[in-house]
Amino acid sequence: STAFVQWVGEKTPISDTSYVGIDAILEQMRRKAMKQGFEFNVMVVGQSGLGKSTLMNTLFKSKVSRKSVQPNVEERIPKTVEIKSVSHDVEEKGVRMKLTVIDTPGFGDQINNENCWQPIMKFINDQYESYLQEEININRKKRIPDSRVHCCIYFIPPTGHCLRPLDVEFMRHLSKVVNIVPVIAKADTLTLEERDSFKKTIREELRANGIDVYPQKEFDEDAEDRMINDKIREMTPFAVVGSDQEYQVNGKRILGRKTKWGTIEVENIAHCEFAYLRDLLIRTHMQNIKDITCSIHYETYRVRRLNESNILFTSNPPDHPAVQPKANGQPEEQPATPQPNGVAAQHEALSHEM
Amino acid sequence: ELLKVLSHSISKSVLLTTYTREDKGVRSLSLAGHVGFDSLPDQLVNKSICQGFCFNILCIGETGIGKSTLMDTLFNTNFENFESSHFEPQVKLRAQTYDLQESNVRLRLTVVNTVGFGDQMNKQESYQPVVDYIDRQFESYLQEELKIKRSLHNYHDSRVHACLYFISPSGHSLKSLDLVTMKKLDSKVNIIPVIAKADTISKSELHKFKIKIMSELVSNGVQIYQFPLDDETVAKVNTTMNGHLPFAVVGSTEEVAVGNKMVKARQYPWGVVQVENENHCDFVKLREMLICVNMEDLREQTHTRHYELYRRCKLEELGFKDTDSECKPVSLQQTYEAKRQEFLVELQKREDEMRQMFVQRVKDKEAELKEAERELQSRFEQLKRLHAEEKAALEEKKRLLDDDLSSFGKRKAAAQLLQAQSLTANGKKDKDRKK
Repeated sequence: STAFVQWVGEKTPISDTSYVGIDAILEQMRRKAMKQGFEFNVMVVGQSGLGKSTLMNTLFKSKVSRKSVQPNVEERIPKTVEIKSVSHDVEEKGVRMKLTVIDTPGFGDQINNENCWQPIMKFINDQYESYLQEEININRKKRIPDSRVHCCIYFIPPTGHCLRPLDVEFMRHLSKVVNIVPVIAKADTLTLEERDSFKKTIREELRANGIDVYPQKEFDEDAEDRMINDKIREMTPFAVVGSDQEYQVNGKRILGRKTKWGTIEVENIAHCEFAYLRDLLIRTHMQNIKDITCSIHYETYRVRRLNESNILFTSNPPDHPAVQPKANGQPEEQPATPQPNGVAAQHEALSHEM
Repeated sequence: ELLKVLSHSISKSVLLTTYTREDKGVRSLSLAGHVGFDSLPDQLVNKSICQGFCFNILCIGETGIGKSTLMDTLFNTNFENFESSHFEPQVKLRAQTYDLQESNVRLRLTVVNTVGFGDQMNKQESYQPVVDYIDRQFESYLQEELKIKRSLHNYHDSRVHACLYFISPSGHSLKSLDLVTMKKLDSKVNIIPVIAKADTISKSELHKFKIKIMSELVSNGVQIYQFPLDDETVAKVNTTMNGHLPFAVVGSTEEVAVGNKMVKARQYPWGVVQVENENHCDFVKLREMLICVNMEDLREQTHTRHYELYRRCKLEELGFKDTDSECKPVSLQQTYEAKRQEFLVELQKREDEMRQMFVQRVKDKEAELKEAERELQSRFEQLKRLHAEEKAALEEKKRLLDDDLSSFGKRKAAAQLLQAQSLTANGKKDKDRKK
């Protein structure tokens, strides 16, 4: 079809066969993106033994997990939650990506797990802080290095019953600052019926606790988006199985787990939902996940941070009462001029002087 | 409180070091199969298609040089144009925004034209409105970026991405107005010089003209936009095109039959100048470079180079620094807060001053009123005295009158008595006579 320039309005093109070339900008963008490369930072959270490392390796078809990087380190459960990130440069069909996998060993492994989400929250906020500091410099870098956590995969143990208090606590706090993708780990221990009932229970509990996981309903951009995302929300959390072993099945080599009763094919959607998770995270929604982090979670942090600084300085002098932050730590306004009642009081004083 | 914030940010930077030490060596990994993130550029492009693009062109050139016609020809549309007069007292800028669409790409195009450029007798300040316009757009973006609650992805970016400078086809050299203007703009915007109405110059003259122009630009240190050479896909064509600058263009929206096709052209008695014929002029090259190949780079250079320079200068002007005199990092936030505090103190001082002044004025007015009252009172007293005096005088006169009246009465009574007496005496006399 001949490309011609159309007008939103009443104008008509001068020539039907003339080509302007505006749509060439898409190719220009693609070229620029390929040249710059992409960054993606994903965090995995869950008790030890839930298969986090294996799942990461399966997702990225490569030894991306921290354990694979340090194979000789003794596996011990740390006394507190630690944050360990490992970065890799990967490339596929000319597209280069710096993938950072952030591991959280020690989460949920202690006897007392109260507040074990706090170091994780702090790490996420620290990345926002570091980005903000770069952004407000006078001399800024051409491209600010992005270490912000784009996505946090939360591993739910396959109990088949309901969420544990730890799960609820973690997701309740963290869903406000980062995109959470909950998954049911080691789902090969659940039958399909058990799995569906477990998922339903989890979804209800998330709803009851006001926890919004990715993709969040309020960030759907249009009807088309909503339709696609509704389908995903109906499947959350994905029941996954990970594996980095290949087996021969029906003449093909596929990733799977071989047991005495059969081979679980990881990428077979009849067996588990790994493929859906991979498609969501990588093939269709990766850019959107980054955009939500950038334009919503980061901005929320920035607003709160900048307002906090204002409050520090307007708590004195006494004529300018400080604005109290709202319960969720996000004040709406900043006091720029004296409050109305302050001014009225001054007028009263004047009249007395007369 | 300030110390707490400071120490907090210092401790943060220590922590961050701990985080990154683990991945000091970023390893290259090969993938054992198809993962699927090769779709990322497509995902990015799809997002941009949904959002739409923004492009802003500034055309600087004398009245009648063909700016509007060229824009019409480039974008294959009739933008709202009006002929400007040659009698504008000052250079003005007129910006118009249009929504264009080509296949699935939506473009919000803003065309800014100078009005009256080069018409004044004194052209010393001609460049200023242009510089001001460009700075205003940067300022507007900076304001948005500094807001607490901001929406940069929704923001209509009005920063000028490309500046087409129209050179008069004199065939000799650049005018001093051209050099002065371009020199003022070269650090603020991507300048692409074009030779306008190029159908008035012969081929050989054109070649010499182009060389002269480029050498004048170089010798005066004017940095025009260079088509980028860092991407191999386009490095070759961009290098060639850089050698054809400035582009000699002809604009026309009228169509003339050439062979069995209708083409955009200008018809003269001696021939037809075809706009899209590369032997006739460089229009196609301009369209190719400006739109098809480098539009994105123009946008990026504007953002990462020109805007950053503006922002840096503006913030430094306001007194912000990244490091203080001891080379310790100073946060923008701290400086901003210190200035804000200064400002609030100043505001309070002025408020106090105004209050003092108000009180003083009230006092003065009161004194004035009292004075007036006193004056009135004394006048009243005076009038009262006057009245009493007059009354006394009148009383005196009345007394005199009464006296007069009573003495007159007495005399009248006496006269009557006399008259009565004399009548009686006369009667007696008559009686005597008759006897």
